[in-house]
Amino acid sequence: MTDAQPVLKVDRVYKSFDGKPVLRGIDLEVFQHQVVVVIGASGSGKSTLLKTVNLLEQVDDGQIFLKGEDISNPRVNVDKTRGRIGVVFQQFNLFPHLNVLDNVTLANRKVHGMSREESEKIGLEWLDRIGLRDKTKDFPDRLSGGQQQRVAIVRAITSNPELLLLDEITSALDPMLVGEVLDLVTDLKAGGSTILMTTHEMQFARRVADQVIFLKDGVLLEQGSPEQIFEHPQHPELQDYLSRVTTY
Amino acid sequence: MVPASEGASVKSEADVSAIELDRRAFRKKQSGRSVGISLISTVVLGVLVWLLVINTPGWALVQQTFFDPKIAAEFFPSILLGLWLNIQILFFAAIGVAIFATLIAVIRTLRGPIFFPLRFLAAAYTDLFRGMPLIIVLYLVGFGLPALGVFPRVAPEVWGTIALILTYSAYVAEVLRAGMEAVNPSQRLAARSLGLSHAQTLRLVVLPQGVRKVTPALVNDFVSMQKDVGLVSVLGAIDAVRAAQIAEADTFNFTPYIVAGLLFVAISWPLIRLTDWLSARQQRREQIGGTV
Repeated sequence: MTDAQPVLKVDRVYKSFDGKPVLRGIDLEVFQHQVVVVIGASGSGKSTLLKTVNLLEQVDDGQIFLKGEDISNPRVNVDKTRGRIGVVFQQFNLFPHLNVLDNVTLANRKVHGMSREESEKIGLEWLDRIGLRDKTKDFPDRLSGGQQQRVAIVRAITSNPELLLLDEITSALDPMLVGEVLDLVTDLKAGGSTILMTTHEMQFARRVADQVIFLKDGVLLEQGSPEQIFEHPQHPELQDYLSRVTTY
Repeated sequence: MVPASEGASVKSEADVSAIELDRRAFRKKQSGRSVGISLISTVVLGVLVWLLVINTPGWALVQQTFFDPKIAAEFFPSILLGLWLNIQILFFAAIGVAIFATLIAVIRTLRGPIFFPLRFLAAAYTDLFRGMPLIIVLYLVGFGLPALGVFPRVAPEVWGTIALILTYSAYVAEVLRAGMEAVNPSQRLAARSLGLSHAQTLRLVVLPQGVRKVTPALVNDFVSMQKDVGLVSVLGAIDAVRAAQIAEADTFNFTPYIVAGLLFVAISWPLIRLTDWLSARQQRREQIGGTV
């Protein structure tokens, strides 16, 4: 791991909105086949961090490297870079006017130039794997929130992205449905995907993460293995955060 | 309307309780009563209005001048022939508006400094043509453009169609733009993060959803255009209105106008019902609160 190049390297990234600093010099690395989980209270900058990685927000300073290429350089092709990164948001991921299969195959057909047959073969295999083969022709509003998120994850993964960003993908879900979505993420890890995600599900972070990162007011306060973070938190802010989120 | 109890009931008629049977009997009686009352009140109102009109002092003269069945029958064929021209104009104008209005709407959503002149022109166009009365646009296009002497000679209905396209595209473009702006911004984000370009995002994600959101308003504009095709008569094209005007000059009787008017109502009626149905359906959906 030490000699390999990280898939994602965030180097001293700053970002503020209307003069209010949101990210204040973030450094982090995500290596191949790793799952890195970012935790922290709402407003700590987690989502903004993921948005800068996906180039939906420009950084104010610092650099972001994807496999060694500086993607924060305005000269890089934004559409092409986004095609290399898969993203799933909290909600409203799926296109309501397209059925499940068309949602899943859209990027492969329109961005990666794949034929309809080929993309549908891949799409159907994935839908089979997540047990939604019979929903192929259904429109997203016929699916439960958990099913929608699983389809959104599959849509993000079918074009073989080098990095998958998952931004609070279970926050808008009925607690009953959180499990099925996180199980899929666990499967993806087993399949070798490289994932950077934010979540409020501490049990999941403890079980699946290779690295956990704690953000507070745009500053990376602590970083380590799940064991270090959850069993031996050093920083008083982290101790306070963990005691609040695990009390109930 | 199907009562909720019937739709949801899984029980067969035999094991429904006596209480439920009583409720059903009561509901049936209630709905029968409502139909009866609405029927009677409609008939009463109709008769009242009818009596009021035929007892006005000038009714006999009005009936003779506007509602003469003999004249209506005599000129019906020529007016119907004129209506065929209106339908043809409508057909081409609708296609023209669909293309031109989409183009204008898309131009107005373009960002980036290089598109400023285009954006400005599109905004100026929609402002100008939404404010300008159609009849003036018809005169300007129908008499002004040919007089430039650079265009080949074409029939007046062609200029009329162009004037209709110019006026209606301004309205439709604004409706489409409103629809596109009503699409949830995260849909754009989702499309962009899949790697779709700006153009692909517009074409594959934003436009299809935007058009669905404003379908009732679009059909409404179409209905409006359906009657405004009658105005091309001012350019001399022999459409239904012009045919009625010729008949009126022959007979000094206004019945042909009524015939033409009723024909316009007849062709627009199916679409008017469709708009109502679409709006009602959309309202139902939005009240259920789907993900769209």
